[in-house]
Amino acid sequence: MSLTTREFWTAIHGMGLGALFLLAFAGGLAGLYGLRREWETVAGIREQVRRLIAGTWIMAILAWLTVIVGTWVVYPWYRATPPEGADLKEYPRSYLLSDPNLEAWHTFGMEWKEHVTWLSPILATAVAYVVLRYGFRLADAPGVRRALIVLFVLAFLAAGVGGILGAFITKVAPIL
Amino acid sequence: MSEEARRDVSQPRAEERAEFTNGAAAASVLAAGIGSLALGFFTVVVEASEGARETLNLYDPVGPLSGKTTFAVVVWLAGWVVLHLAWRGKQVSFGMVFAFALVLIALGFIGTFPPFFEVFSYE
Repeated sequence: MSLTTREFWTAIHGMGLGALFLLAFAGGLAGLYGLRREWETVAGIREQVRRLIAGTWIMAILAWLTVIVGTWVVYPWYRATPPEGADLKEYPRSYLLSDPNLEAWHTFGMEWKEHVTWLSPILATAVAYVVLRYGFRLADAPGVRRALIVLFVLAFLAAGVGGILGAFITKVAPIL
Repeated sequence: MSEEARRDVSQPRAEERAEFTNGAAAASVLAAGIGSLALGFFTVVVEASEGARETLNLYDPVGPLSGKTTFAVVVWLAGWVVLHLAWRGKQVSFGMVFAFALVLIALGFIGTFPPFFEVFSYE
């Protein structure tokens, strides 16, 4: 059992960084939702804020690493132009475009994934920054807290689109 | 638990009681909207213009995606710095700012959606 360098970085991108971001979402959402003065003691809020600061920053960093590795490390292998007579299965983009039954995986799937996922770290960073700057005081600012929840969900949706499409595209045309 | 320790866990500390001004939060949220819109805008522009496609191709192996994402991040950070400097320590109409940011984010999502940006294709 072994992985090529390309398979290793593809796994880091999708199954490592990206999957960790998506899995951590539920915890972050619960933390933001529960940050209310009427539900928690002062000590409870203080402890929850500490976890929330750590969690949201870890998620923002994971989101940045996911899109940076995906765009600058993995994507060049995906879109490389095959030389004359090459086996197209080693060139996923060209392979997908060569088959009318598969081309939508590139023209819709990859084209959407490669762009929309960049919204995720921008939105996640905005949330992490506000949690860090305001911390405890967010418990008294329901409007701001609700806005953060919306941004957090949108960051998750953008990453989720990328994750789902990435999994399917890798199934149809893996980077070997 | 001593009286002092009990007071420590049951009372907000001075910095936690500090006056809440929402300017910095509003700046962060609106900047995220501006960054999202910038990504959608660059995606559409590259689709619509061969010149933009070449200009934004900062690194051949990645193609124009390299420029679209890099410049979107630059616009986001620049917008954030400007808004933060303007609004920090101030109270702004957060609901209005957030609603406007949501519109910008929605435009960002739409701009990155292939059936939309392909309408502008020059090819």
